[in-house]
Amino acid sequence: MRRARSPAALLPGLWLAIFFAFPFLLVLRLSLSDTALAIPPYTPRIDWSAGIEGLKAFFAALDVEMYRRLGEDRLYFDAYVSSLQFAATGTILALLVGYPMAYGMAKCRPGTRSVLLMLVILPFWTSFLIRVYAWIGILKPQGLLNAFLGLIGIEPLDLLYTPAAVQIGLVYSYLPFMVLPLYAALERLDHTLLEAAADLGSPPWKSFWQVTWPLSIPGVIAGCLLCFIPMVGEFIIPDLLGGPGSLMIGRAIWMEFFANRDWPFASAVAIVLLVTLVLPIVLYQRQQAKALEAGR
Amino acid sequence: MNRGPSWFNLVSLTLGFAFLYLPIVLLVVWSFNASRLVTVWGGFSTKWYAALLQDQQLLDAAWVTLRIGLMSATAATVLGTLAAIALVRGGRFRGRTLFSGMVYAPLVMPEVIMGLSLLLLFVAMGFARGFWTVMLAHTTFTLSYVAVVVHSRLITFDRLLEEAAQDLGCTPTQSFLQVTLPNIFPAVLAGWTLAFTLSLDDLVIASFASGPGATTLPMRIYSQVRLGVTPEINAVCTILIAVVAVGIICWSLAMKWRVAGAARLAAA
Repeated sequence: MRRARSPAALLPGLWLAIFFAFPFLLVLRLSLSDTALAIPPYTPRIDWSAGIEGLKAFFAALDVEMYRRLGEDRLYFDAYVSSLQFAATGTILALLVGYPMAYGMAKCRPGTRSVLLMLVILPFWTSFLIRVYAWIGILKPQGLLNAFLGLIGIEPLDLLYTPAAVQIGLVYSYLPFMVLPLYAALERLDHTLLEAAADLGSPPWKSFWQVTWPLSIPGVIAGCLLCFIPMVGEFIIPDLLGGPGSLMIGRAIWMEFFANRDWPFASAVAIVLLVTLVLPIVLYQRQQAKALEAGR
Repeated sequence: MNRGPSWFNLVSLTLGFAFLYLPIVLLVVWSFNASRLVTVWGGFSTKWYAALLQDQQLLDAAWVTLRIGLMSATAATVLGTLAAIALVRGGRFRGRTLFSGMVYAPLVMPEVIMGLSLLLLFVAMGFARGFWTVMLAHTTFTLSYVAVVVHSRLITFDRLLEEAAQDLGCTPTQSFLQVTLPNIFPAVLAGWTLAFTLSLDDLVIASFASGPGATTLPMRIYSQVRLGVTPEINAVCTILIAVVAVGIICWSLAMKWRVAGAARLAAA
């Protein structure tokens, strides 16, 4: 392998360094400042003209007040825990719904497969906001679901603005992210392996457990990470479908920022969220890199 | 084997796709409903669409969104394609791990965090928030998607063709423009379309990056959606869905036509 610099990397690398990586340092710095200073230009700033003294003064001015507040406030701890719970449950439900779908797609004829694949991708291209919004009309008390339940003589459900609605919204919105990697893994599956298992007397369910499932694990991992990570920080779904009882951390950041205008505190909440997600994000990156090397 | 789908496969497919599509179909149906209630069919009507044309704020927002989408998608396509080339063709250049990390991280990064960090950047740089900051923010988060789409195409492209062109006297730049680019062009175009629709749809990052005077369509829809389901919003949503659907159908027809053309060419 050549160990050269790539000129093509220069421009996008520079762009991402400025607009993606560097801003995280700004968030970190702001999260270490005082609320009292939370008006532009958000001191402490580094006074470069003072040289090393300026740097010292800068570090001395940093404090962890925001994080202390975060630790003391039950509300935020609860929001973290409930975000993780929502995301974990949502990911498992999406896997339960998505796996049979991906499995069924892989079983279809190639022509049908590409149409179905298109149908899975299409919702991804339509607005997230719109798709979540559509559920309001279904779940609200005088909505379609209750009209339907009324027809078949079942008590109406009060779902909108409950945690259940948030859960439905999460599964619904992130289902394509689960189905696509699963399908990619299942489609590549070597069918002669299943034939061999059948020839050796393995019943279908056993072949599934011992052949299909282990081989689809990379797809399962990719799908779960692709769902779980953004679900934890989700804002639109808890905001539109959830009530006051389903506070999620993404919504907490939004509210601190836009309603309370407490930028340092919002930054501290964001940093803690980021730290929580670093591990799954790194896992996802490694998975992605491995898949790309395999595709080579 | 391929014994075809079993009844279990068919049931799970039917239920799965019904779940994915029912809300979208309902939204379209509601937008043509003369009644304001979602449970009562008051007859077919296009009056909600006519009402949209009177809503100047909405039209302004749509225009802003469209311009941001066109510009940011174009910038993201250039940057994303370059990033994909660097990842596929660059070998193990220094800083590759960091680079690929930066390219793929925005795909899973929660939007709230990206929005907040970009906003702080714009404040620190002293940019007035508005049209241009949203454009920059959208370019940043969509370029990753372009990179993924182009990457997957570039990796299957036979490098020997490029080398042959260079053996025949092309400079690397020429061989890229005349051999590689035409081959990966469908993916570049797909990346552009994806970046464009993502920009049209984005609410969270735009809300952070935007300032007074630059309200995008999703921001406008969001402020009304919070008040409940209204037929006017259903109509806007239906138009957006139709734009995307028509785009994708044209796209897949063009691909079919291209493939058929290539097959004819090969047969001749």
